[in-house]
Amino acid sequence: MNPRREVVLWVAQRLTAVVLALCVIVHLVTIIYAVRGGLTAAEILARTRGNVAWATFYVIFVVAAAVHGAIGLRTVAAEWLGFRGEMAEFAMTIVGIALTLLGLRAVVAVFGA
Amino acid sequence: MRTPRNHPAWWAFVVHRVSGVALALFLPAHFLAMGLALRGEAPLDEFLRWSEQPLVVAGEWVLVMLLAAHLAGGLRLLALEFLPWRNWQKTLATLAAGFVFASGLIFVLAR
Repeated sequence: MNPRREVVLWVAQRLTAVVLALCVIVHLVTIIYAVRGGLTAAEILARTRGNVAWATFYVIFVVAAAVHGAIGLRTVAAEWLGFRGEMAEFAMTIVGIALTLLGLRAVVAVFGA
Repeated sequence: MRTPRNHPAWWAFVVHRVSGVALALFLPAHFLAMGLALRGEAPLDEFLRWSEQPLVVAGEWVLVMLLAAHLAGGLRLLALEFLPWRNWQKTLATLAAGFVFASGLIFVLAR
């Protein structure tokens, strides 16, 4: 175990948690607002297409969720599956990068770049 | 009976962990679904029509509750770690926040 890495990951997990707390509240309010009267692609895209404020919000949300999720899965894998060491670090990095790329792809899709 | 694993903090830990893993596993599917809009409005709309099945709607409801639970549990952890509160205050604040959130969500989602 690398103590310095553990500290960096611990801080990253808390910082992303604070960012995500705000993002999730906004997301939940948006979900509740959006599902009223049914959900359509036209309605979603009318809100997000070309909207830089929403795109910025979702980029921050995606990156924070990817980092937070990858570090969280690393902890669970170590504690519940005994999966730790360099292979686990590598897997966490891949999960984090994959989530970021998939998430950013979704942001591009709804922003319409 | 109060075993080391049967008290509120243990259950808060389990709910936070299980909801976190479930959300992390759901995230790629969510991103792929929203990514359908890359090919225009129609594929996303087709997916949204498919998602109107009762079982999928029930799944969405579970996911929203998991997200709210993970948020409440996360706020509890941040309060425990960073605020100089006494334990009973933290418990009360967590219960209050959880109750308000659950009430609000149930009210709106069960409309």
